[in-house]
Formats: sequence, structure tokens, C-alpha cells
Amino acid sequence: MSRARADEEEYWHSSKFRAFTFDDEDDELSQVGAEPPPRPALWGRGPTLVCAQTVFFPQLKESKRAVNSLRDIVDDDDDDLEKVSWSGEPVGSISWSIKETASSSSSSLEGRDTSLQKGSSSYAALPKQVSSYSLSSLFKGRNRLPSLPSLSDAFSDTGVKNYAPELRRPRAEYKDYSNDWSPRDTVRRMQRGKVCSLERFRSLQDKMVLLDEAVAGHDGNVITAVLIFLKRTLRREVLFRELEVRQVALCHLIHFLKETGEQKLLLDLLRFLDRTEEVALSQYREHLNIQDVEKKREFLKGCIGLPFSAEDISHIQDHYTLLERQIIIETNDRHLAMAGQSEIFRKYPRKASILNMPLVTTLFYSCFYHYTEAEGTFSSPTNLKKTFKIPDKQYVLTALAARAKLRAWEDVDALLTTKNWLGYTKKKAPIGFHRVVEILQRNNAPVQVLQEYVRLVEDVETRLNLATKYKCHDVVIDTYRDLKDRIQLMAYKCKVERGSAEEEKINSLLSNMQIRWKN
Amino acid sequence: MASTARRDAPEPPDFGILKRLARDQLIYLLEQLPGRKDLFIEPDLMSPLDRIANVSVLKQHEVDKLYRVENRPAPSTSDQLCFLVRPRVRTMRYIADIVNADKMSGRSRKYKIIFSPQKFYACEMVLEEEGVFGDVTCDEWSFYLLPLDEDIISMELPEFFRDYFLEGDHRWINSVARALQLLNSLYGPFSRVYGIGRCAKMSYELWRDLEEESENDGQGRKPEIGNIFLMDRDMDYVTALCSQVVYEGLVDDTFRIKCGSVDFGPEVTSSDKSIKVLLNAQDKIFSQIRNEHFSSVFGFLSQKSRNLQAQYDRRQGMDIKQMKNFVSQELKGLKQEHRLLSLHIGACESIMKKKTKQDFQEMIKVEHALLEGFDIRESTSFIEEHIDRQVSPIESLRLMCLLSITENGLIPKDYRSLKTQYLQSYGPEHLLTFHNLKRIGLLTEQAAGETLTAVESRVSKLVTDRAAGKITDAFNSLAKKSNFRAISKKLSLIPRVDGEYNLKMPPDMAYVFSGAYTPLSCKIVEQVLERRGWQGLEEVVRLLNGNEFAMADGAPEDGAGGDAQRVVVAVFLGGCTFSEIAALRFLGKERGHVIGTNIGACAVRRSGVQSGAT
Repeated sequence: MSRARADEEEYWHSSKFRAFTFDDEDDELSQVGAEPPPRPALWGRGPTLVCAQTVFFPQLKESKRAVNSLRDIVDDDDDDLEKVSWSGEPVGSISWSIKETASSSSSSLEGRDTSLQKGSSSYAALPKQVSSYSLSSLFKGRNRLPSLPSLSDAFSDTGVKNYAPELRRPRAEYKDYSNDWSPRDTVRRMQRGKVCSLERFRSLQDKMVLLDEAVAGHDGNVITAVLIFLKRTLRREVLFRELEVRQVALCHLIHFLKETGEQKLLLDLLRFLDRTEEVALSQYREHLNIQDVEKKREFLKGCIGLPFSAEDISHIQDHYTLLERQIIIETNDRHLAMAGQSEIFRKYPRKASILNMPLVTTLFYSCFYHYTEAEGTFSSPTNLKKTFKIPDKQYVLTALAARAKLRAWEDVDALLTTKNWLGYTKKKAPIGFHRVVEILQRNNAPVQVLQEYVRLVEDVETRLNLATKYKCHDVVIDTYRDLKDRIQLMAYKCKVERGSAEEEKINSLLSNMQIRWKN
Repeated sequence: MASTARRDAPEPPDFGILKRLARDQLIYLLEQLPGRKDLFIEPDLMSPLDRIANVSVLKQHEVDKLYRVENRPAPSTSDQLCFLVRPRVRTMRYIADIVNADKMSGRSRKYKIIFSPQKFYACEMVLEEEGVFGDVTCDEWSFYLLPLDEDIISMELPEFFRDYFLEGDHRWINSVARALQLLNSLYGPFSRVYGIGRCAKMSYELWRDLEEESENDGQGRKPEIGNIFLMDRDMDYVTALCSQVVYEGLVDDTFRIKCGSVDFGPEVTSSDKSIKVLLNAQDKIFSQIRNEHFSSVFGFLSQKSRNLQAQYDRRQGMDIKQMKNFVSQELKGLKQEHRLLSLHIGACESIMKKKTKQDFQEMIKVEHALLEGFDIRESTSFIEEHIDRQVSPIESLRLMCLLSITENGLIPKDYRSLKTQYLQSYGPEHLLTFHNLKRIGLLTEQAAGETLTAVESRVSKLVTDRAAGKITDAFNSLAKKSNFRAISKKLSLIPRVDGEYNLKMPPDMAYVFSGAYTPLSCKIVEQVLERRGWQGLEEVVRLLNGNEFAMADGAPEDGAGGDAQRVVVAVFLGGCTFSEIAALRFLGKERGHVIGTNIGACAVRRSGVQSGAT
């Protein structure tokens, strides 16, 4: 008898068993590697639960055939189904219903049947349509539907006898009692979801043969199962040593420890492997779970001493300093805002706390609320810039955005103005003036402010585009003049208001005989 | 398959069976716990479940109330609790807490856990450790494949990417093998199987193993799917990292398509509520624009609206009888079309708005420059500015990864400075993200010349010694120099076009990236199908780090196999993008075979980048 056939029978046997004596709750389908079961008889039944998936394929074929044959019944319902959940109406969909439950969970418990219905009695209570759904009745169907010939053809000759559940305990199940599966067979059985005792793999060599078989079998679930067994039955140093040369298995153990949260063992393992950087990162990761800022700050302080790479050490240091700084600013500002004496906090109330925000956001905040403070205070932008070595470009971008938001155009001007050694002033933007224009425009800067910076955009085409887009007429006119483009200038005349100063300017330029137009 | 034998693409098989099977099995499992019960559902199983069953089906099987599995105590008062969950350790702890709390208060209930798609030993171990093993019964709901559309099936396993590619955990390979077995038993037998990548190979081997011992009843059966192509996502990260410009891809980038449907917010619906819309071939408007380049979509939509207007306008000249006819027969359809049209126009506007804000044009230009390998400095400073302006954490990472892969790693100076600025802009905890991306090989630092070769030779020695299966993922990722430029040259991924690339009548698959780049993954599929194997692609395979295979199982030659031989299922292990799906649809039309796209995980673009995140 082929294995699949045996499985199938096993399945029918067991499913019947379970469907009707539901009180059988103590099935020992323990995880692999558990203590040998005290009652072998129960052990033998273990697979009955586990094999549901393994034997699904024969079952699949049948349910498919059954589904086809039952089309006339199912189809109505199908239509129903589409209407209820897919006409774009969320009503009746599962996610919708869950929301409903959540909102009404505390109140209505109406219609709850407190008496536990058991077994077949509940089947009898089912409405008619429902009972047509129960699989046992589904499988009686045998007719083929002409509309799907290729599908049903596919299964034409798998015997009808398959449908009848065999009541005799199938032979394959007796085999489960035996303990003499080879490592390979053990792995294969586990891959198919069956329970197998691993207790007999006692010598280190046996254990490793088993592990290597599991790895060769490609099923991560089984590899992990074997590792759980090994972890329990081997001293950790021995296990670590063996895993060092078995990288695939090692990955599985590390992932397993991460998932189950066995941090201490994980760190021991990483240390054993000399993966010091991972040790550090793995510890640092824990800060994500700490809610209390004070505790988090303390924790981060501790992280500074961890064996990070030289480069990362400075990032960790910065992280700590940033949070420390944020705590100071937050305490101070919350106080200020509550007191209600500071104008800026009254006018622009804080939307959120600054704690745990990125550095750039903190800088923006500080440029917004604390722009004029002296460098000595912790909350001043210049202090932040210095402490965290923020590049000029980043600083200007952020400060610009903050000041523009407040419509403090003089600050914008000052930010972009540099003085050379002769005392001449010059506009300079490390980010390119087209960006400056974009930021100002987004904050609804008036044309007078805007055009000053549009004028400074270096690329002529971009400058023209921006100037036209934002109606900086002067800049457009001047640019065309510089380009000596008479035709464009004439064309632009219709875009300015009639009788305005701009129109006058265009007219005077066009009549200026000094200019050598290129067209 | 050649142009002489060009036929219309065959209809894809009916994947609806997969849904019915899954529903039947779920019902069967619910019947295993007779009587009224409350059902707890894992949040990420809800959308897939919604696609195959609905509340009334659940109610029919005596499900009383539905709850979401979340980190809160359950208010349920039912005497029977059923949990429909993914096999995860933290979910097991949640369930164990409920059971233990009941025990403490002396309450007795029945508990049943249904794992989808399968149970893990680690989960049972947790149940045992928590002392609730035996108090709960466990079952498996073998819901491996969800048909999302006529030509898309998905396993909906977002954690696949992270588990396999980052953690090196092979736990889902069994599920993939079983999904293959399911497809093979319903639509096979497949006569040809191709694949590339380690995960693909392992899945294939495990699947063969499963097939061997199952009854071989496939003989004489008429297959509906002839070919299957397995590919690991890490064979081609580049494609997944490029900005999408076909409509469906843009909708995904902007609104996230989840499980085949999308939530259009108020900015799209021009009302005050969001609408959940199913995006598939049933949507008559969407199905015509989904694969189109975004630039053609506007024209199409405005043409459509004019037509619609004209049809409405016909009312003017109608007499009563005609009017009656119109109202009873056409109006409903027109209204439906009108609704869809206004939704997609709204979506387009919203996409445009968002993309303009992000300097989309500029970004695309940078991407194309990176793909072709010029203006690297300019591109680097564009990325830098993108980070400094806090535009979007994900987009910034995506661009950095693209730079890294196309250039075989960043220059150390750039790496340090970009990383520092990133941490400053988006938060210091992303240190962990960078570490993960490095491990997975998506964002790396070029080693100085000397050390690189030393590492390489050491690694290549290890890699060739794969008999014992001892090569490590860590080493593997080190060895995985992306070699993108060489591959791109070998397969001419950058089309040479004289004059303007015709996006309306595209000549090749490169249209999905505005004619600038042919997706590598799809190019490989095309080449292998054309050659019926890997002959002549040896150099490419070597650059991709091998693990290719091809298996022909007494395949009938062309013609004899009929339509099935022209149906190919492309399986992306680790997810695929809508751009790739569009390209494969194009390929399918061109060559006269349908490419059913089966996605190893869910169709989350940028899953690469995101999964790398902390």
C-alpha cells in the first residue's frame, strides 16, 4: 500500500474519530523531542491531529470533484457571496464585522448559547443549506460537470473506493509505534507533519547525522524542531561548537532564539562565534521596547560601551546625546507652554512632544521656537549644529524651512547672506536657489520676497520656468532682455496686466535702440 | 511559439477552484468544533479570508463573534474559542495567556487553533512551555494559494522575504513545495520546470520529493499549465528598486494594493470617506489601463469620459419608448462606468500631486542614470538632498540601495556620509536597518581593492564546496557581488533606441520603465522560455551566482501539448512588483502564451527595502 493511500485512510479514520468524540482532548501531539509519551496507545493517535495537512491532497482532489458536482448548489451561494462582500460595500465583510464586534463587544451577548453543544446534535440543528456544506455530504457527489471537462478528466480513474472511509485502522499507523526510523525517514516524516520521537538520537554523532539530514531536507520547520531537541539535550558549548561548522542550522537557531526572545542564550551564542558587532546591535535593539524616556536614556548610556564598530560608536553616542538634549528641551518647553507667557508658544501651540524625534526634526523645532537663543543654551540651533556637527547644507535647509513657515523673511534673508572680507554682502545658498524658491513658495512667500531668489537661480531655463510659474514678471523680463530675445519678450507682454508697470517696462525695452536683439 | 505560430494567448486556467477548496476546508475545520464559538482572526489573515468566505458563511457554521488577534485581553464570553492564525511565536503566547487566565479563574472552555498555511514545531513548543499543550487542539488550514486575479495567485506571506533572505530560515520552503504540489495536482502535470536561485532549487527538490511518494495519477491527464518558472527575488533586486510607472504599479506605490484591493482615501473619492476598491480584470476601466505607461493613461481616461458623455447625451433626442429602454438597459452600466471612471481619474490626480511633490521627474532621471552607470556623483548628491529634506524614508533607502547594487557597493566615504545623514534625518535607530541591509547585500560598502579579492577567493572556495550544504547565507551575501553592469550588458537590458521610445505601442518589455530598462527578472524568463533551457546563458548564470535548473518531463513537443504548453507560471520567491507583472503580460501577448504570475510572497514592491527595516 502506498504511503499516500495509507495516509488517506489514516485521515478518514482519524477525522471521523475527532468529529464525534470531541472530548478527547489529551492527544499527545507534543512537539518533537518531548518526553516519550507515557501511554504508547495515545502516542499512536498523535498523527491523527497532525496529518490533516499531509493528507490534504487526496482530500483536495475529492473536494474538488465534489465541488464541481455540487455546482448547482454552491453557485447560488457564490453569487450571494459576491454581493455581500465584494460589491464595494464593506457591510458583511469580515473586517467590517470585526469592527462591529469590537464596538459592541461589551454590551450585547444576546442569543449566546451557554450550553455547550456537542457532536452530532449540533449538526442536526443546522439549517438545510448549511448541511449541504458539510464535507461528508460533499464527498458523496460523484457526477462530473460537463462544463469543466479537463478538470474532472484529470481525476477520472482514481478509484471510487477512496471515498468510503475505511474503518479498520490502517497498517501504516501500526508502524508509528516502532522507533526504528532512520534519520532520513525521521526527517521525511517530520516534513509531512507527523510526530516522531527524537529521544533515541542520543550519541552526539546520531544527533548530528539527524541535523544534517534535516538541513539536507530543506524544511526549516524540521531543522528548527531538531534544534529544539538538541538545545534541550546538549550542553550549550557543545551545541555551539557543532553549529559553528553548520551555518544553515546556525541561522535557524539564531532566528529561533530571536523569535522566542531568549536574549541571554542568543548573546552567549554570538559571543561564542565572535560576532561582537551583532552582540552590540542585538543589545542596542532592546531600546526599542523601552517606553519610559528616562529609562531609555539610561539604557542608551549603557550602550555606548558595547563593542560597536568605530563608526557606529559615534552614532550611538549621538543617539544618547540627542535624547538627553530632548529631555531637557521638552521639560523646559512644556513648562513654558503651560505658563502661557511665551508668545511663540501661544501663537503656535506645540503639536507633539519632541522626544524620540530624529535630529533634523529637533533642529527644525529649535529653529522654530528657539531661533534667537544664544549658543550657550541647549535648545539653540547653533548649539545643536555644533554638538552634532550638522553639515551646512542640512542646517540651511532646515532653518530656512522653519523660518519660512513663520514668514520671518528677514531671517531668511540673513540666513542666505554672507559677508566677504571687504564687507560686501553676497547671497549664497549651499542648497541651490531653486530649492530656496521652492521652500519659500510652499510657505506662500509674497512675490517681492520670492523674486529676489528666483533672480539668483543660476540655470537660465530653470529661472525662466520658476519666474513664469510664480509670476515674478521683473525676473522674466530681465532674463529675456539679457538673452536679447525680443520675440519672447513681446509674447510675454500679453501675460502682464495692461497698464501695469511691467507692461511699461517691456515697452520701453522694446523701443530701446541700444539693445541688439538676436531676433 | 515563434511568430509564425502566433496564436491568441490561451485563457488562463480557472483558479477559482483554489478558493472553493480553501473555503471547504475551512468549513470542515470549523465543523470540527461543533457548537457556537467565537473566532479570533490574525489581522493579516483577514483580507485573504475576506476573499474566500464572508461573515454569513462563518455564521452558518456557528461562529458567533469575530475578534482580531491583538495584544489586548479578549472580551469574549463564549465557551468555545477558535483561533485562525499564522504560525507565530508571539501569537502562541497571546493564546496561552488567554488559556492560562481562564485556568486561574477556574473557567473551562474549549480552544482550537487553526494554523494557516501550516503549523510549526516551534509553535507547539511554546504551547507546551506555557503549560497549555493539551488544553488546545491544533489543526492546519492548507490555504496555500489565493487567486488575486485571473492571472495572479499569491501565497500572501509577507514575512517570507525577511525570514528567508535576511534570517536564512528555510521554514517556508515546505509551504512553497506544497503550493507547487497543489498546482501540479490541479492543473498539471507540468512538463517543464525551470528555475534559478537557491530557494527555488530547494523548493523544487522538496516538491519532487513530495511528488515521488504521492500516487502518480497524473498520467494521461490533460494539463492546463505546461511550464513553471521559479525565481528567487535576490536574483534581481534592481527591478524591485526602480520607481514604477505603469498605472497599477503607481497605484500600488501611492496607495498600497493589499490582497488585490486598495483603499482610496477622501482625496481620491472627492467625498469625506474612503472606498475599498477591488482591482482586477472585472473592473472594466482598470483592466484597460493597469498595464499602460502612466503617460498614456490620461489620454485614455479623457477619451473614455468623452464617450461616456456622448452616451449620456443621446438621451436628448429620445422619445419616451427609447428613453425607457435606455433607463432600463443602459443606464446602470453607464452609471457603473461613470463611478469607476471618476475613481481612477481621482486616483490619477492624487498620484500626480504626490509625485510632483517628490520631484518624480528628477528621481526617474537619477534612476535611469544609475541603471546606465553615468553621472554617479550627481545622483549621489540628489540622494543626499532627498535625505536632507526628509522627503521619504523609504524612497531614500530605495535610491541608496539602487545606487549600491548598480555600483557594486558605495564608496566608503559616500556610505558613511549618507548613513550619517540618514540617521540624522529619519532617526538613529535606523542603525539597525543599515545593518540588516548590509547583511542582505542590498546596501553595502565597497571594500578596498586588496581585501575584496582576498575575501572573494576565500568565499568562492567555500561556495564551490557545497556538497555538505554548509555554505552560509552570510558568506553567500558576501559573494553576491551584484555584477549588475555585466549582466545588463550581456542581456542588453538597456534598449538602444533611435529617437523617441514609443510608449503607446511599445516594442518590448522595457516600456514598463519608460523604455529605459528591461526588467532583468522578466528578461531571464523570456530567454529561458525561448531557448527551452539555460543553453547559451552560461555567462549570465555565472554572474547571477548559479543554482539554475531545468527539467523536462517527457514534454510533448510544441503543438502536441496544445494550449497548456503555452501557459507558464512564473513564481517569484520573495515577492514581485506590478511592473514585472505588466512586463510578463506583455511577453505573454507577444509570444502567444499566458504567463500566470504566481507570487512567492505577496506582491509588495520594495518588500526588499522594507523588510530590511528594523
